[in-house]
Amino acid sequence: MKFRILYFASLRDAAGCDAEQIESAHADARALYEELRTRHGIVLSAGRIRLAVNGEFATWDRALRDGDEVAFLPPMSGG
Amino acid sequence: MNAFTLSESAIDGSALAAALADAAAGACVTFEGWVRNRNDGRAVLRLDYQAYAPLAQAEGERILAEAAQRFGVAARCAHRTGSLAIGDLAVWVGVSAGHRDAAFAACRYIIDEVKQRVPIWKNEHYADGESGWLHPDNTPVAGPAAAG
Repeated sequence: MKFRILYFASLRDAAGCDAEQIESAHADARALYEELRTRHGIVLSAGRIRLAVNGEFATWDRALRDGDEVAFLPPMSGG
Repeated sequence: MNAFTLSESAIDGSALAAALADAAAGACVTFEGWVRNRNDGRAVLRLDYQAYAPLAQAEGERILAEAAQRFGVAARCAHRTGSLAIGDLAVWVGVSAGHRDAAFAACRYIIDEVKQRVPIWKNEHYADGESGWLHPDNTPVAGPAAAG
């Protein structure tokens, strides 16, 4: 399946880009995150990450579909 | 005009406060978050804020709607993105209400929820040349880009 992945903050620094198109066999968001974590050397474990799919927050049991825009959000620090 | 706004340019707090004017309101509480020159004992030169704009906008509006529902207030909030200097206004919250108790409580609720839930990230640039993305408790995120 094809996904568009969005990166922010420390994940953006690790990935070296703010977004990328990828091809992955994983419909499971956690497995997809682990794949990207390994590829980019991302330090934060999935337990620290919030998932967003197509511009809305999602839970980790959300089954991903071909063409989804997926964002793995590190702990927020606005304000 | 949206109740929650992300802004790449300076926030005009007085213009936002004017939009809260209401003949039925007996109280207005505003909060300003400023860029501080030190964090955790280190000298800070400037900050960069990054946002996931569409989701930040939606979540910010949800928080303001929750505050209106829970406390019976009118509320607005603006948050900067981009590069900020020491002393710059980073976030502004304003609430008007019939009475002060609801206005104070709602203002506190909004800033606390914004810091926890709105996808915005703060990168501090230190005087020693390092920089780092921060956690909500202002400790650095571990990793290659962290301050160490």
